[in-house]
Amino acid sequence: MTADLNRMTHVTGFGLVTGADSYLYRPTSEDEVADIIELARKSGRQVTLRGAGRSYGDANIGSETILLDISRMNQILHFDSAQGTIDCQAGVTLEQIWRHVIEDGYWPPVVSGTMFPTLAGALGMNLHGKNAFQAGPIGNFVLEYDVVFPNGTRRTLNQNSPLFSKIISSAGLLGVITRVKLKLKKIQSGDLRVLPISVPNWQAQFAAFEEFNDQADYMVSWIDCFARGEKAGRGLFHTAWYLDDDTDAPLSLRPEHQDLPDTILGRFPKSTVWRYLKKLNNRPGMRFTNWGKYLSAKLLGNGKPHPQSLVGFSFLLDYVPGWRKAYLPGGFIQIQTFVPKEHAPRVFAEQLHLQQEAKLESFLGVMKRHIPDQFLFSHGVDGYSLALDFKVTKSNKERVWQLAHAINDLVLAAGGKFYLAKDSTLRPEDFKQSLGDEAFAEYARLKLELDPDAILTSDLAKRLLLDPRSVG
Amino acid sequence: MPTSVIGVKAIVVGASSGIGREITRQIADGGGLVVAIARRGDRLEELAALYPGRIFPMVQDVTDHDSIPNKFIEATDKLTGLNLFVYASGVMPEVGPQEFNIEKDQQMIDVNISGAVAWINQAALRMQGTKHGSIVAIGSVAGERGRWEQPVYNASKTFLHAYMEAVRNRVSRYGVHVVTIKPGPVQTEMTERLKLKNAMSAEAAAEKILGLRNRTGEHYLKFTHLIAFAIIRNIPSFLFRRLKI
Ligand SMILES: Cc1cc2nc3c(=O)[nH]c(=O)nc-3n(C[C@H](O)[C@H](O)[C@H](O)COP(=O)(O)OP(=O)(O)OC[C@H]3O[C@@H](n4cnc5c(N)ncnc54)[C@H](O)[C@@H]3O)c2cc1C
Ligand SMILES: NC(=O)c1ccc[n+]([C@@H]2O[C@H](COP(=O)([O-])OP(=O)(O)OC[C@H]3O[C@@H](n4cnc5c(N)ncnc54)[C@H](OP(=O)(O)O)[C@@H]3O)[C@@H](O)[C@H]2O)c1
Repeated sequence: MTADLNRMTHVTGFGLVTGADSYLYRPTSEDEVADIIELARKSGRQVTLRGAGRSYGDANIGSETILLDISRMNQILHFDSAQGTIDCQAGVTLEQIWRHVIEDGYWPPVVSGTMFPTLAGALGMNLHGKNAFQAGPIGNFVLEYDVVFPNGTRRTLNQNSPLFSKIISSAGLLGVITRVKLKLKKIQSGDLRVLPISVPNWQAQFAAFEEFNDQADYMVSWIDCFARGEKAGRGLFHTAWYLDDDTDAPLSLRPEHQDLPDTILGRFPKSTVWRYLKKLNNRPGMRFTNWGKYLSAKLLGNGKPHPQSLVGFSFLLDYVPGWRKAYLPGGFIQIQTFVPKEHAPRVFAEQLHLQQEAKLESFLGVMKRHIPDQFLFSHGVDGYSLALDFKVTKSNKERVWQLAHAINDLVLAAGGKFYLAKDSTLRPEDFKQSLGDEAFAEYARLKLELDPDAILTSDLAKRLLLDPRSVG
Repeated sequence: MPTSVIGVKAIVVGASSGIGREITRQIADGGGLVVAIARRGDRLEELAALYPGRIFPMVQDVTDHDSIPNKFIEATDKLTGLNLFVYASGVMPEVGPQEFNIEKDQQMIDVNISGAVAWINQAALRMQGTKHGSIVAIGSVAGERGRWEQPVYNASKTFLHAYMEAVRNRVSRYGVHVVTIKPGPVQTEMTERLKLKNAMSAEAAAEKILGLRNRTGEHYLKFTHLIAFAIIRNIPSFLFRRLKI
């Protein structure tokens, strides 16, 4: 098992809680990808796939594996402005895409809360956006993609290929995606019409999502996890629409109109804001921040629609570069659970209650509406998701994990699902149960066929026993 | 109280006896993982049997340089990581006051110098890439001056100190801890024949060394050594050669 120590590197998941040392390879072509797989096979070493490293937990890291980082394959191959399609190497990021296409009136059909993910990572996890309730995950807009399989074959998959919906969502465990052709969303304006609604409790939260489900283009809500009793579930709901009749359209479609400002509140340089955040990043600080946010939302702008750039609305978290550093030294985990709509009000209320009992309230709670989908490791349900952020320290780590297990148990009992991009705490049986026996058997069969030597792995795959080498 | 070693993934070279064995044992006892390296495999097996799944024995003769890169990778694969590397191998054959013996000298050069360099080079190469971890080498107060009793043993430790200082100056900027330990007399097989009085136990030495593992720099294990050797280092050579120390 020789290996080149000069390639050694340490990478972490986005939450900075876990990291791994690995041998870094950054291929620039499909042939190089195939060479790396071959090198792994010959040397007996496994391979972990990584995009921009935006998954929070351990899906994009692999201890002592070859880390195949796709980010140098970042060429946009062809943009068809008549058809609204874009053909890219898989390391192209969502940011590259919107910057490339917006002037012709296009926007990525599905985006995450950050613009930095690569297409490879986006497909690997099958990410969803604030339009998940009608668009579903990004896989729904993929026209075709190329894969290098560890068994030596290379394929172009389109929507008619049986494997199409299996490699997308498989967390980098079945094949290496090297090229993606995507259908874009046609837009008339670079701005959205955004309507904020302050909601006093859980009932109002769910009512707001129901009310706008059939007419909105985007919906998302923030939850104050510190509020209890009658106020539990209070927060700020946002819905947004594309503009069809915007007279400023040509200007709003310019990238510079979209660019996030360099200062926050017109004053603080963005790059330093995480330092202020760090001071507030504790229980009293976040209780206060959540309260202040709720109050200001209620008093200012409540119920008044306003225009906001697509970038400003979509990538709010990118406003504060390095914000995760506010969670150092221990880092943080995110848990996003997906619960069928009939159980979501009860399960989310109980999740909040558990956090408050443990005095481990999430500093940020985000709710979205979803629909089911046909992908292998699907996290889609006809229901809602709640995303929670927990700061991790040496002394609270065990309690955070206990809380997470309790939350996960509630979700499992309600027939819910989990999202591997946000997971750090699932146990093998949890994931297996949420997936269902049929899908799990399907995965095992495909793994054997496409990756017979179990070359593709990750620390997540080892934790959840999705890597045959870690079973028995 | 011993410092926590939970999460430690260590390679200890020279783990079959003395200080290295104790370091290995204490890491395993505290819940860490260790690849334990030396020539005497039976001893390593014996130790490993006390901590199943935490100590992985690996036979290697440090004078066989060529096998070190592969052994290093084998060890890090076994551990699925590495955050502590300890070089504790060392030899000090008996050398008479008028004896000049290249065979014995060569042995010390091979184990205390060449073996150390060959292993630590691997650890440094890896850690300058991963940008974390600790490299610990056991030097000796004997390396502070060229004392009459053990010319090559002393010189081998002086070499080790200087080499470690240079490694420190290369890789500590990347967040890697580089620690040189300079023990005084410790009760081990190496010193058995010397019938030492007042020597520290290997247990106590190992505990201190583990406590210092993230403290980049050179460390004595006793405060009195810090003072005594500050003086000894500064005695002019013409005086030093007249002293019987
Ligand atoms: C601030 C923030 C906000 C977010 N908001 C959302 C959101 O709103 N909705 C959402 O769905 N997600 C969201 N995410 C999660 C993020 O979108 C996903 O984790 C996404 O997968 C990140 O892409 P990446 O390029 O960083 O991939 P990585 O995290 O590096 O990898 C993701 C997965 O893809 C696999 N992979 C990497 N390369 C390949 C390849 N070439 N072929 C096959 N598989 C590969 C990896 O092995 C891994 O399992 C957010 C993350 C952050 C940090
Ligand atoms: N004891 C003291 O008073 C004292 C004081 C200051 C510094 N030190 C230093 O502390 C270190 C440990 O010494 P110790 O007192 O613990 O001695 P020890 O009990 O004799 O242990 C020496 C170790 O080195 C190993 N070793 C020797 N030759 C080797 C080789 N060719 N390949 C691989 N491993 C080899 C031995 O293992 P195998 O024989 O099984 O290979 C053994 O595990 C040494 O560097 C020593 O110089 C000791």
